[in-house]
Amino acid sequence: MTLNWKQVGQYGFIMGIAVWYVSLVGMVETFDSRGIIDGTMLTLGRALLLTIGLGMGYVTAWKVAKGNWATGLITSLISGIIGGVMAALLVIIIDTTNIRAMFVNASPALVEILTFDQESLAVGLMMLAGSLIACSVAGGVIALLPHLIRRAVISGLLAVLLMGMLGELLTVVLNRFDLTEALADFLYGRNGLSVIGAISVFIFFAAVSTLWATQKEKMQSGVENLPATQRRALSWGLIVVSVLFLILLPQAVGPYISQILVLVGLYAMMGLGLNIEIGLAGLLDLGFVGFFAIGAYTVALMTTTGELGVSGTAIADYSNFWVAIPIAVAVSAFAGVFLGIPVLRMRGDYLAIVTLGFAEIIRILVLSDFLRPILGGAQGVLNIPKPAVAYVNQIANQLPFYFQSVLFFFVSTDGRIKDPAHFYYIILIGCTLIGFVAYRLQYARIGRNWMAIREDEDVAEAMGINLIASKLLAFGIGAAFAGLSGAIFAAQVGSVFPHSFGLIVSINVVSLVIIGGSGSIPGVIVGSLVLVGLPELLREFAEYRLLIYGALLIVMMLVRPEGLWPSDTVRREMQSDEDVEPVPVGQTVPRSV
Amino acid sequence: MALLEVDNVHSYYGNIHALKGISLTVEKGEIVTLIGANGAGKSTTLKTISGIVRPRLGSVRLAGEDLSAFPAHEIVGKGLSQVPEGRGVFARLTVMENLEMGAYIRDDAKQIATDIERVFNIFPRLKERQKQVAGTLSGGEQQMLAMGRAMLARPKVLLLDEPSMGLAPILVEGIFDTIQAINEEGTTVLLVEQNALMALQIAHRGYVIQTGEIVLQDDAKALQKNEMVQKAYLGVD
Ligand SMILES: Nc1ncnc2c1ncn2[C@@H]1O[C@H](COP(=O)(O)OP(=O)(O)O)[C@@H](O)[C@H]1O
Ligand SMILES: [Mg+2]
Repeated sequence: MTLNWKQVGQYGFIMGIAVWYVSLVGMVETFDSRGIIDGTMLTLGRALLLTIGLGMGYVTAWKVAKGNWATGLITSLISGIIGGVMAALLVIIIDTTNIRAMFVNASPALVEILTFDQESLAVGLMMLAGSLIACSVAGGVIALLPHLIRRAVISGLLAVLLMGMLGELLTVVLNRFDLTEALADFLYGRNGLSVIGAISVFIFFAAVSTLWATQKEKMQSGVENLPATQRRALSWGLIVVSVLFLILLPQAVGPYISQILVLVGLYAMMGLGLNIEIGLAGLLDLGFVGFFAIGAYTVALMTTTGELGVSGTAIADYSNFWVAIPIAVAVSAFAGVFLGIPVLRMRGDYLAIVTLGFAEIIRILVLSDFLRPILGGAQGVLNIPKPAVAYVNQIANQLPFYFQSVLFFFVSTDGRIKDPAHFYYIILIGCTLIGFVAYRLQYARIGRNWMAIREDEDVAEAMGINLIASKLLAFGIGAAFAGLSGAIFAAQVGSVFPHSFGLIVSINVVSLVIIGGSGSIPGVIVGSLVLVGLPELLREFAEYRLLIYGALLIVMMLVRPEGLWPSDTVRREMQSDEDVEPVPVGQTVPRSV
Repeated sequence: MALLEVDNVHSYYGNIHALKGISLTVEKGEIVTLIGANGAGKSTTLKTISGIVRPRLGSVRLAGEDLSAFPAHEIVGKGLSQVPEGRGVFARLTVMENLEMGAYIRDDAKQIATDIERVFNIFPRLKERQKQVAGTLSGGEQQMLAMGRAMLARPKVLLLDEPSMGLAPILVEGIFDTIQAINEEGTTVLLVEQNALMALQIAHRGYVIQTGEIVLQDDAKALQKNEMVQKAYLGVD
């Protein structure tokens, strides 16, 4: 067997370049303050390097050796050596020449991290190269393991990485309750997981993953074989448990994470809207933030107590958050249809560019002097009151004492929502509502229209589908969801500024839809948790957010183009690519086109 | 009155005058074929009939009703169902889902189910593969699927655009046999083909189109013997 040595060299080279890159842009140093495993030298910064080693070793063995152990080990070793030597070279360059003029991050601190804090440079270099080589070989071994074990090892490693990374937060959360405090003490040291904690986490998640992989089908068929009444009871039970879970979640995780969940929810609502346009109807809309802005400004202008508000006009008495919400949704939906009309005939890239322009127009209009007297220009709209529950005291008087205290836990005596984190509940209701509507639409007739249009517009028309109505509906409903999200956002933040509605919001939403799994409702939720939630939890990431997005998008498109939680259609397509049924001999049909 | 009447139709793509006064008729129960070279305007004729391209002049009537007032998606409901050039199956949907899309304009679920069975009788291959994703079917199977799907709209006239295109020669014969079978079941067919030899064998009547104009029309048998047709389309010299 001749091996493709050039390919092996390339993977090693990519490993080296990646190490250089993350080091020189400062990621390694920034991430280094976070420990993964306490008392060891494994910090997040170094974990990043080692993950590159593992990943490239994995790819090398996977692509070149194709299941052959001997070649897999040798090739991942060689690509590891190339990567390791390149990493060592970087340290030598930084140490001997002054390249800081060009690369500010090539600092002595970086050298210390790369050389594992060793006094002697030689020892440090050995450790750096050695650890990369070891990781590369380990990656190769993982790639060669049987499927089930490989899955378990990867799950375990990911869990350790993630739980180590989020250690600070998880300890705070676990320490909120006596019951879980002991668990926190067991799992965590001062900076990251304790060694024994890391081992336990690894074993636990590896076991869970294996159990899940082996028992999933048995469980599914077990559930399917239950009598109908029991199955109904089970699904109701699940619903009740998850509702309770969602209601109690903010109490369990505390205000900081609740605020993050609020943000995740806002993005999830937008994601569900954009998912209708991109995921179902195949309309690539890059200006989605425009509808979010329209919803936000509608609520802002209708409810603000500032000078831009409606106070003093005839409708002032009737204007509050609850009235403004449906109006904001309607205005956004109208804007969606309005934008939809001129772009009906456009497809793909053209549509993307026009929608991009639309969002910029909205932003620039809001910023303009011309509309400043109405929209407030760069100063935005301030003093947006928190939503209030009307007649709160009258309601409270009717309630038994215990429920009174529950009520006043959330709202103050004038009926206003007390804590920004309590917006969680409004958003939970919003998400549930939107999720439900999205689900019903997807499986209704209109959902099939969208799917057909996404697959092939011309054929869809030939089937008798009204393209114009279906597309406008997709734009309108998508925009309405975004409008609701924007409306809640305005009330939650209390002020709106044009700079909150930049292109980056659209990019975030497109990314979360695609990474979550285009066309899949749970995918959108998972996507928002990963792309919006995680970066908020890891504030050091902020600076590198777009970089990580980009890398993540590329990696996802390469290894899992269907997304984290793909829709049925896409899942099926991926499976059928892998195992097309062989056509029996004798009736082979030459494949044309 | 013929079932489908195309009367002096002129169609344009921008400034390109693609159809220069096409007239043709299809009687109930017939297979009529429209043959012509590449770029002659065959597909444009079908697209004009089904409303995807709008004629600047002339009219299309189905069972006496002028179709010019209706958008393309409503024309399907009037009883014209087109199998587009290059098949155009929904590649990521299953065979069954594709067939169901064909019955999109109908809401008689029971009747649809029996019609799907009917399609499966004509194309047993599709029945075997009903859960398979359409994109992974072979070229011939995709053509069958596209035809079966078009039949599910219960068209008065089935419009076929080069069903033999891109198929291996052994499969072409099968496709034409099926067209004949569909016709014998009672569906009227307007068949556009470059493969004049095969088309004229199954058709009742034929038209020859050249650069947007009908240059010849006759019974299929007569066209087969026509010297000009033999030279230009049947490769006989
Ligand atoms: N979308 C289009 N835009 C511009 N010209 C077109 C388009 N489609 C077809 N044409 C032109 O119209 C004429 C007829 O094309 P067509 O009906 O596709 O021919 P056929 O189906 O007989 O091969 C050709 O000259 C072709 O170039
Ligand atoms: Mg053609």
